[in-house]
Amino acid sequence: MKNQNNKTILDVQNLHANTQSTEILKGINLTVKPGEIHAIMGLNGSGKSTFAKVLAGHPDYTATQGNIQFEQQDLLALSPEERAQAGIFLAFQYPIEIPGVANSQFLRLAYNTIQSKRGNDELDPLEFDDFVREKMKLLEMNPDFLDRSVNEGFSGGEKKRNEILQMALLEPTLGILDETDSGLDIDALKIVAKGVNHLSNSQNAMILITHYQRLLDHIVPDYVHVMEAGRIVKTGGKELALELEKHGYDWLHDDRHNNVGVSA
Amino acid sequence: MSEPANVDYLSCLFKSLDAKTDDSVNAGTSPENPQSWLKQLRAQAIENAGQLKWPTTKDEEWRFTDISSLAKLPFKPAQPGRIPALSDIQPYLIKEAVNRLVFVDGFFAPELSSIASESQMLIGNLAALATQHASTIMPHLGQHVQHQKNLFAALNTAFLHDGAVIVVPQNNVVDLPVHLLFISTQVETTHYPRCLIVGEANSKTTVIEDYVALQKNAEDAYITNSVAEFKLAANAQIQHVRLQRENQNAFHLANCAVSLDHASRYQAVSVSLGAKISRYNLDVRLEAETAESIIDGLALITDQQLADTHTCIDHLKPNCTSHQKHKCIADGNAHAVFNGKIIVRPHAQKTNSSQSSRNLLLSDKAQIDTKPQLEIFADDVKCAHGATVGQLDKEEIFYLKSRGLSELTARNLLTYAFGAEILDSVPVASLKHTLEQIVLNQTQSC
Ligand SMILES: Nc1ncnc2c1ncn2[C@@H]1O[C@H](COP(=O)(O)OP(=O)(O)O)[C@@H](O)[C@H]1O
Ligand SMILES: [Mg+2]
Repeated sequence: MKNQNNKTILDVQNLHANTQSTEILKGINLTVKPGEIHAIMGLNGSGKSTFAKVLAGHPDYTATQGNIQFEQQDLLALSPEERAQAGIFLAFQYPIEIPGVANSQFLRLAYNTIQSKRGNDELDPLEFDDFVREKMKLLEMNPDFLDRSVNEGFSGGEKKRNEILQMALLEPTLGILDETDSGLDIDALKIVAKGVNHLSNSQNAMILITHYQRLLDHIVPDYVHVMEAGRIVKTGGKELALELEKHGYDWLHDDRHNNVGVSA
Repeated sequence: MSEPANVDYLSCLFKSLDAKTDDSVNAGTSPENPQSWLKQLRAQAIENAGQLKWPTTKDEEWRFTDISSLAKLPFKPAQPGRIPALSDIQPYLIKEAVNRLVFVDGFFAPELSSIASESQMLIGNLAALATQHASTIMPHLGQHVQHQKNLFAALNTAFLHDGAVIVVPQNNVVDLPVHLLFISTQVETTHYPRCLIVGEANSKTTVIEDYVALQKNAEDAYITNSVAEFKLAANAQIQHVRLQRENQNAFHLANCAVSLDHASRYQAVSVSLGAKISRYNLDVRLEAETAESIIDGLALITDQQLADTHTCIDHLKPNCTSHQKHKCIADGNAHAVFNGKIIVRPHAQKTNSSQSSRNLLLSDKAQIDTKPQLEIFADDVKCAHGATVGQLDKEEIFYLKSRGLSELTARNLLTYAFGAEILDSVPVASLKHTLEQIVLNQTQSC
């Protein structure tokens, strides 16, 4: 999927980010180009979700150093909604439930907001209904989910599919999938992977955050990064994921002389 | 404790009572039939009003709602005036409601009302029905509301000249809702809307009680003092939608009393949106076994508004059920009050009662006071209650923003979601839709 042009979608340099009390991201560097799929792996607590949420503009975190360019824009200067409108999409590790807001209403509002910001036509409820049902087929989702409140009472796997459905509707330039695979059985995993592969093209890019190799069997990454204590400590090709699967994360430390690919 | 009732508002009112030699109840009735029962009721209420004190914040029941400003207003009772055109009230009409009684400043407006020929019930205005149907109306009018104890109910009854009357005969099911539309058009007057709704045995009906304002200027002040009485005979069912959309400078003081007989069912949704100060008292008496009341309420206010809802659900007999959900949404400097009393009398065993009060503060300056008040004198009962006051969830706001929605849209959507649960119980589709739109567009700040 690698695209030979040298246009950059995302360029993260020396990103440090804090919560109110503690520094969590301690100097992240990452460059993502069109057509690329990046996997970020790492132990629980290494800062993967924080990185994803900082990219999406979560108000709990403040970037204290470094910068992020997203398609020639200063991402950190944009509000979360401006980032979404500009083409950032985060599929959350823990999608929240919003009782009382119908999924169909939410999806249409999000779709139309983003379409109008991008200068495209909005869809009326009937047109949207047809459109969203098509997208749901791709993810083998039951249309009944449209009538329910956003994520309310959805199983873990259903929530994750609903996230990918949103990504399919909003067609981001950069999709960040935070542990979309966890909580999915193998059939659901295959469906989600098929959906993601279907959405990925030479103009956009994906960052897959995952613990497990098994997602990467279905969505093949161009790069695998390993995070530890708020930094990317190792970068490699798809075979790095296999090594990690085989040896565990401690293997990184045993292998003292191997610092090839550590992001500068 | 309280101030004597010799304040400006009351003295002005009493003066206008004395001056009223000819009352409109008598207009249109023959001299042989002076409707003495109505006169008596009024005389009794006048006496009651004279004995009752003007409530102040020192009274437990009025702790949070200061109406001293109202006492200083010399607002006379409204007199019959100009009737608005049908086109003026068009926005308020409800398409499902083929039966509609319209009152303008408390006076019946036949030209704006509409009654289907096959209405399957007694429906009309009190002044027209009081003589011929005295035996049906007399046992109920003024018999359910506590005008002996409540000043505003007493005043309403003292000034009683007309009102909406619905009596659904035994075994009749009226599918389409009846719309009772009370319009205020005058400035600096008080009007006294009144409703009596009787569901006879095994009957079924839906009533929409609706208060709207048509003053030219939204700043115009006036007072609405309304009373509604509901009587449900055995197995009767009434759905009651109450909608208060007065203008932002109105005072709205309302009392509603409901008496339930054996196995009857009262389902109510009340929505308060308007008025500078509003106070709604709802008293429900479960007077015979297996009666059931389901009461939902929503107050949605902003700026300097105050909305006070006091409900009292009185379980007098065993095996009755009451469920209540009340929500307040307060933005700006608004102040919402909910006081929910539930009484379970000593013999009311096997009572099943629940009450939930959930409240949403949309601004730092808004205030919500909620007080569940359980008075349980029976031992074998199930009474669940809970109260919460919270703000919009910031994770929910972020989730919506991360999908491109603006802060304002996100907040509006979540506010709407909070209120939607109550609006869901509105049994009239077009009205439900109208209300959903109002709530969706309510939040102005962000
Ligand atoms: N909002 C927060 N407040 C305090 N600590 C946080 C917050 N978010 C994340 N952390 C901490 O930062 C570290 C990284 O968390 P996270 O990014 O969720 O890791 P991962 O996704 O890699 O498991 C953890 O120690 C976590 O407890
Ligand atoms: Mg995580």
